[in-house]
Amino acid sequence: MKFGVVVFPGSNCDADCFHAVKNVQGQDCEYIWHQQSKITGFDALVLPGGFSYGDYLRTGAIARFSPVMPAVIDFARQGGLVIGICNGFQILLEAGLLPGAMLRNKSLMFICKPVNLKVLNNRTPFTNQFNKDAVIEVPIAHGEGNYYCDPATLEELQKNGSIVFSYCGPAGEIGDDYNPNGSLSHIAGITNKEGNVLGMMPHPERCSETVLGGTDGFGVFASMIQWLKEARA
Amino acid sequence: MKARIYVTLKTGVLDPQGEAVKKSLHVLGYGNVEEVRMGKFVEVDLQAGDPEKARQELMEMSDKLLANPVIENYRVEMVEGE
Repeated sequence: MKFGVVVFPGSNCDADCFHAVKNVQGQDCEYIWHQQSKITGFDALVLPGGFSYGDYLRTGAIARFSPVMPAVIDFARQGGLVIGICNGFQILLEAGLLPGAMLRNKSLMFICKPVNLKVLNNRTPFTNQFNKDAVIEVPIAHGEGNYYCDPATLEELQKNGSIVFSYCGPAGEIGDDYNPNGSLSHIAGITNKEGNVLGMMPHPERCSETVLGGTDGFGVFASMIQWLKEARA
Repeated sequence: MKARIYVTLKTGVLDPQGEAVKKSLHVLGYGNVEEVRMGKFVEVDLQAGDPEKARQELMEMSDKLLANPVIENYRVEMVEGE
């Protein structure tokens, strides 16, 4: 499978994502510079974390108008797999590929630590290698991960099983005590209605191999590869 | 032509920054402060002949980029006499 990692000025997890896909998963991978307006031949796209355009105005607000974005939006609308991690998630929200918006963390602090996530939906292209309700440990590193949407959108997300990851305790307990940033309904990651676009604040690429201290993120990329294989077969 | 755009958080949207500033004002002794909401103030200088057309354009800019309609409202104010 061929993955593309989109690089914006200020992306800083692009090399980590590239490594996780290319060396850890053994897939083809290429960087896609944000000035590129055509992207062809990719099976999946990764929008990595970082501080695209310095997070000026709002996180993701300026990256959303990069020359590459119309092609990313096209790719997603045609059913291509797109994963946005951290800043990538924020860009997907600004681009309207996912519903909602990000607010400043409730504590106002930039939080960088491993957190527990519950896999609420394992029937997605991004989570099929996990058991349902599995608890995994994945690091977060953000100042604006406090997910917000209006009540009607939240209901829609819940109804469609679009809330894929929620923050939880070590035994899968869900509640304010385990929510690092104040996100609505303890949301850590959502998909669009069609299920082919995922946004998540935690960083699976930072825990994809033992040397990094954790392998729970491996399953996210492995799920995408598995899903693509099945789609091809 | 100059314009001022005020971007504010919608009612009901949590404003952690505003909360922190409010608490700080309380610490300073301003116990009468009931709510603080933070927003953004944007000054735009643009070439335009017709103020009404300019306003329309500024609203378009706000919808597209300057404000996020999911969480924010905005108000465009044309600056007279400049």
